[in-house]
Amino acid sequence: MTTRIGVVTFPGTLDDRDSLRAVRLAGAEPVSLWHRDKDLHQVDAVVLAGGFSYGDYLRAGAISRFSPVMETIIEQAKAGMPVLGICNGFQVLTEAHLLPGAMLRNNHLHFICRDQKLRVENAETAWTGDYAAGQEISVPLKNMDGRYVADERVLDELEAEGRVAFRYVDVNPNGSLRDIAGITNAAGNVVGLMPHPEHAVEPLIGTGRTDGLPFFTSVLKKLVSA
Amino acid sequence: MSLDTVKNATETPDASQPWKELGLKEDEYARIREILGRRPTGAELAMYSVMWSEHCSYKSSKVHLKQFGEKVPENDAMLVGIGENAGVVDVGQGYAVTFKVESHNHPSYIEPYQGAATGVGGIVRDILAMGARPVAVVDPLRFGAADHPDTKRVLPGVVAGIGGYGNCLGLPNIGGEVVFDACYQGNPLVNAGCIGVMKHEDIHLAKASGPGNKVILYGARTGGDGIGGVSVLASETFDAASDSADGTGKPKKRPAVQVGDPFQEKLLIECTLEIFKEKLVAGIQDLGGAGLSCATSELASAGSGGMRVELDTVPLRDATLSPEEILMSESQERMCAIVEPQYVDRFMEICEKWDVIATVIGEVTDGERLEIFWHGEQIVDVPPGTVAHEGPVYHRPYARPEWQDALQADDAGKLPRPQSSEELRAQVLALVSSPNQASKSWVTDQYDRFVQGNTVLSQPEDAGMVRIDEESNLGVAMATDGNGRFAKLDPYTGAQLALAEAYRNVAATGAKPLAISDCLNFGSPEDPGVMWQFAEATRGLADGCLELGTPVTGGNVSLYNQTGDIAIHPTPVVAVLGVIDDVNRRRRWRSRRPASCCTCWATRPRSSAARPGPRSSTTTSAACRPRWTWAARSCSARS
Repeated sequence: MTTRIGVVTFPGTLDDRDSLRAVRLAGAEPVSLWHRDKDLHQVDAVVLAGGFSYGDYLRAGAISRFSPVMETIIEQAKAGMPVLGICNGFQVLTEAHLLPGAMLRNNHLHFICRDQKLRVENAETAWTGDYAAGQEISVPLKNMDGRYVADERVLDELEAEGRVAFRYVDVNPNGSLRDIAGITNAAGNVVGLMPHPEHAVEPLIGTGRTDGLPFFTSVLKKLVSA
Repeated sequence: MSLDTVKNATETPDASQPWKELGLKEDEYARIREILGRRPTGAELAMYSVMWSEHCSYKSSKVHLKQFGEKVPENDAMLVGIGENAGVVDVGQGYAVTFKVESHNHPSYIEPYQGAATGVGGIVRDILAMGARPVAVVDPLRFGAADHPDTKRVLPGVVAGIGGYGNCLGLPNIGGEVVFDACYQGNPLVNAGCIGVMKHEDIHLAKASGPGNKVILYGARTGGDGIGGVSVLASETFDAASDSADGTGKPKKRPAVQVGDPFQEKLLIECTLEIFKEKLVAGIQDLGGAGLSCATSELASAGSGGMRVELDTVPLRDATLSPEEILMSESQERMCAIVEPQYVDRFMEICEKWDVIATVIGEVTDGERLEIFWHGEQIVDVPPGTVAHEGPVYHRPYARPEWQDALQADDAGKLPRPQSSEELRAQVLALVSSPNQASKSWVTDQYDRFVQGNTVLSQPEDAGMVRIDEESNLGVAMATDGNGRFAKLDPYTGAQLALAEAYRNVAATGAKPLAISDCLNFGSPEDPGVMWQFAEATRGLADGCLELGTPVTGGNVSLYNQTGDIAIHPTPVVAVLGVIDDVNRRRRWRSRRPASCCTCWATRPRSSAARPGPRSSTTTSAACRPRWTWAARSCSARS
């Protein structure tokens, strides 16, 4: 049976088609999910794509978090379904309390778009199995509200439990605390990060690297072997 | 104030009207009276004033722009030419590409963030209205001196506005320019271009035909922003004393600038594309400059001619707006569609799905008049063609400025040369630290260039490229170039240089240049010297396009880029669109050895027009009159 990976479109989601393409290139079946539809259409995993859902009005991710589709996703994520939140998707996951912390405006107050180097700190999540721990990868980063913050206790807990999944290398592009680019929940099925692996899946496009593709092959292997 | 109905206008022929305040000239007002056989109502006057503005009617430029339609090169790629929202070219494999560059100069000086943001929004809706999915944007920008305090007000706002709007729409920004020159101090140039892709059969045109078809206004509610944007703001020279800042420290014309909501526009794009996919519209027009006045009169004029609109059904942000204000409002993120009655329900369903407000505001009639009603009373009764297409045409006097000879004679040979190693060092440092030579990544890194996952080339390349078909790897490339300093020295050759530079930049990527769009930024057409620059530049561009075989598909003219007597350098900006049948064969800047060879040939110096100074940030120097015709062709032959 083909592995089905859903990509949610909220009003204002921008990278949904990119994520669907990345899922397809990884060998899974891409499935579009609509924010008003609670039904996940038998998908095995979900990607919350980047963009400006609801225009980032009020606060990034704050309105999408209450979409009907999120009710089911929150429920399924708690039951172990792999969920990846990219950029705005990461913001939605923190707003939904599936991941701790929050994203504030970049410390330099500008939108930033760059090829960003990351270190994979945890290669045991559902979305990072095809990386080696400590591996350095480059993927595009593009955001306005990307500064990861949490209180010291939460940060210490994340560090102690190996839940910092990705850290910025060379440049901290937005003032994120402890250079955190992405985190995972304790079970390792829910992962969120600000950079965009779905933009680094084809040698011809964007930065010309495919460092982001293992996100999608990782989850596919995980689901197939499960 | 009581409602000025058609009946009232007929009964009170001598009532005084604010035609002058609305930007009309006395003879234009007289002509409106002649057309109607009575005085116009307030609403009619509002419509004529915005539609007959320089910005909308091209009344000073028309006689020169005609050449683009007359000197048409043999080129079978053109599917839709000048006159529609944007031109369309055939790029093969059943795909059509539409593209255009427009200006949003005046609003961006007054209110940099919103001016620039809505400039992006406007051009994107133009592309969308053709039936295409927008796939990329470019932004050629010109500012005053980099170290001038007002540049610090204007530039960050403009860049943030372009980023804030474009990033939120999910359109990769793949090119453009950033140029600094003191001549743009009071008149920055904010040009915005967009590329859209569709299948041939999906091309849509702005016309209203089929009596009984419904006129549907959808998108944002109409507000009080941007009233008179095209007339009193964009079609007049800034007056340094009163416009830049009054006693409050704020530009007086600020209310004439529109305010954008990119989230609403993103919904409008997706909603409209879904409507196209189900083939629900018979005609469509975006609302930008001149708002509803433009959309209703242009749709009706291009169709069978008759339309009836119930203006009080227009959803409003501000319930106190008068009918005149509603007709003139340039509130953003609105579209107007002509829909056959049996498709209206499905149309509304799709709008509801995307949370887009849609309202039937009228219908196409079998008459020949555009009739607008306000709570049952008729306030407009005009032949729509007289509003939309039969505005005044001026043959403005033009004359070569007296200073032109002296300017040309003042060549680089007369400049002092460094006499010591210290002087040489200082000169080299001045050169490399010039903001015009420096990397522009501090600007372009504020734009998303990766979104949609099809960007093959973007900054710091001289041309951007996107893939438009994932199976075949068909792609399109675009470069925009212009150099006001060269155009001031010699407008004819300067315009051709802009064309040649953009053409080379596209050719050097491996794409074949197909067609162009232009944004012609000049000072006041009421100055014969400026008008001469305009006449020469358009003649040069038309001749160059004929020679290169690249037709002009459309574009935009921005006049009155002038503060008091000081005009900007004439700045024709040219966007060249190219096609590449397999983006795998694209050439990058860092490995462009064969193309470098071409550009050497293309820029053989000829001193008469050469003059040192800031150049646009390109690798293909354009410092001289080029022998570009054959050189550029040899380049594209490589692809």
